[in-house]
Amino acid sequence: MSSNEIDHGRRRMLLAATAAMGGIGVAYVATPFVLSMDPSERAKAAGAPIAVDISKLRPGQLMTVEWRGKPVWVLRRNESMLAAMAQIASQLRDANSDELSQQPHYAKNPYRSINPEYMVMVGICTHLGCAPTYRPEFAPPDLGPEWKGGFFCPCHGSRYDLAGRVYSGVPAPSNLVVPPYHYVSETRLSIGIDPEAV
Amino acid sequence: MLDKATQRVVELRDWADERFPVTAFWRDHLARYYAPKNLNFWYFFGSLALLMLVMQLLTGIFLTMNYKPTAGTAFASVEYIMRDVNWGWLIRYMHSTGASFFFIVIYLHMFRAMLYGSYRAPRELLWLFGMLIFAVLMAEAFMGYLLPWGQMSFWGAQVIISLFGAIPYIGDELALWIRGDFVVADATLNRFFAFHVIAFPLLLIGLVMFHMISLHSVGSNNPDGIEIKKHKDKDGIPLDGIPFHPYYTVKDLIGVVIFLMLFSAVLFYAPEMGGWFLEKDNFVPANPLKTPEHIAPLWYFTPFYAILRAVPDKFLGVVAMGASIAVLFLLPWLDRSPVKSIRQRGALFKIALTTFVISFIGLAYLGTVAATPIATLFSRIFSVLYFAFFLLMPIYSKMDKTKPIPERVT
Repeated sequence: MSSNEIDHGRRRMLLAATAAMGGIGVAYVATPFVLSMDPSERAKAAGAPIAVDISKLRPGQLMTVEWRGKPVWVLRRNESMLAAMAQIASQLRDANSDELSQQPHYAKNPYRSINPEYMVMVGICTHLGCAPTYRPEFAPPDLGPEWKGGFFCPCHGSRYDLAGRVYSGVPAPSNLVVPPYHYVSETRLSIGIDPEAV
Repeated sequence: MLDKATQRVVELRDWADERFPVTAFWRDHLARYYAPKNLNFWYFFGSLALLMLVMQLLTGIFLTMNYKPTAGTAFASVEYIMRDVNWGWLIRYMHSTGASFFFIVIYLHMFRAMLYGSYRAPRELLWLFGMLIFAVLMAEAFMGYLLPWGQMSFWGAQVIISLFGAIPYIGDELALWIRGDFVVADATLNRFFAFHVIAFPLLLIGLVMFHMISLHSVGSNNPDGIEIKKHKDKDGIPLDGIPFHPYYTVKDLIGVVIFLMLFSAVLFYAPEMGGWFLEKDNFVPANPLKTPEHIAPLWYFTPFYAILRAVPDKFLGVVAMGASIAVLFLLPWLDRSPVKSIRQRGALFKIALTTFVISFIGLAYLGTVAATPIATLFSRIFSVLYFAFFLLMPIYSKMDKTKPIPERVT
C-alpha cells in the first residue's frame, strides 16, 4: 500500500476507539452531577427517629406527627372501630397485608399494628402522595352507606379503612405505609426504628 | 447621487457585511423570505408565541432580582415583590398571567397546524421541534409553579413527582432523586429554581431557533395546504408568495396590538382570572402536613391530568397520560390523507377533529373538578375519544372523501 492511500478500516477503528473512550469519559464526568441531586447527608440525617407521647390520645382520636417531613398518623381505635374492620375484608384489595413493602413484618396482622388499639401509619396516599382525610363516622352521605370509617383521599377518591388498608376499585394501588416503630413504654412510641434494632 | 451621511451609513454596512452577514440575514429571513400571501388569522400565533417567550424571559429576569429560592423565604419573597418592590406586582402578574397566555397561544398555534395539516411532509421536523418546545414548556411551567411555595405549588409538585414513583423497579429511587429529599422540600425548590431560570429557558431558546431554521428552510404552509414553491417566476420567486417584511411584519403587528389589549385587560382587571391563572390555595404558604381539600393543576395541564385520573390503575394512568402527549409527536405519520388542509378534507376528518376538540375541552374542564363517579365516567369517555382521534387516523384519513388540491392559492 502506498503512503497516499487511505486505510479506511484503520480510520474507522481509530474513530470508534476515540468515540468509545470519549463516551466513557463523559459518563464518568456526568456521575458526580447526577449523584449531587440525591438526598444530601443533611437531608438523610434529618430522617432520624422521633419520640411520640400517646398518653393523651382519646379513643377514636387521631394525632399527626412529622417524621422525615412526612405526616405520620397515630390513631387510637375504639372497640366499635376494631369490630367494624373485621367485616369489610372482602371489599379490600390487600386485606391480609400481603404486599410486604407496605409494612414491617411485625405489622403484618389483621390490625396492621403491634398493639391493635394504636395504629401508626404514614398519612400519604399511595396513589399520588396527597394527604387523605380522617373520616371515622359511619355511612356519611358523601361516602355512601357502606362506609365503616376510614380515610378518604380528596384528590382522586381513594379509600382506606382504619388500618390504612386500601379498598378495591380506587386509584391507590396499595395499603398505606406503616413506618418502622416500637413502644419505648406503654405510652411512648419511637417512630423510625424497628423494635429489634434497639 | 447619495448625500454624504447616507454614504457613511452604506460604508458602515459594507464594512460590517464583510465581517458578519447582516444584510444577508435581513434578506434571507425578512425582506426576501417569501411567505404565502393567503395566511389568515390563525397565523398570528407563531409570532405571538415568540412575543410571549420574550415577555417571560424579560419579566423572569427581573423577578429573580428579588425572589429567594429557599423553603423558608420563597413565599415571603413573592409577597415582598407583590407589596414592597416598586412595580413588583406588575412584573409578577405579567409573568404569571403571561404563563397562561403563553399556553393559550401555543394551543391555538398547534390547533392551526391540525387545521391546515402544517405537520405533514415536508414539515415533520418542524412539527417535532414544536412538540419538543411544548414538552419543555410544560416542564418549565410546572417547575415555575413550585417557586411561590404556596399550598398548590407544594402539593401539585408532590403529586406530579409521585407520578415517577409509579414506574416499576426504579420509580421510588427516581422520585427521591428528583426531589433530593424524602418529600418535596428545600432541596426540591432550589433545584427547580435552577431548572426554571437557567436550564429550560436555554433549551427553549435553542429549540425555538431550530423550529425557525426548519420553518425558513421548508417555508410556511397555508390555509390551502399547497406548496407555493411549485410555481415560481423567472427570478425564482414564488408567484403566490410575498416578502415577510414588510407585509407580514405589519400584519403581525396588528395581531400583537390586539393580543396585548386582551392581555392587558386580564393583567390589570383579573390577573388571577378567578382562580384559573393563579389558584386561591396558592396564597396560603406550603404546609407539608395538610393537603388542600382539592388539588387541581393549572388549566393548561388539566386535559392530561384528567386522562391520568380516568385510569383506575396508578402505573397505567401514568402511561396513559404520557401517551396522550407522546401520540401528538406521531401526528405526521398517522395522517394518511392525500390532502393537508381542512379546506379539501371530507366529512370524516371534520367530524373527527370536532370530536377531538370537544374531548380536549371536556377533559380540560373535568381535570379541574373533584373526581365524582359521573366526572370519572365522562373523563373515561373523553379519554377514549381523544386517543381514537389519533389511533384511528390512519384509517379515517385515508377513507375520507377529499376535494382536489388547487394549483394556486385561492
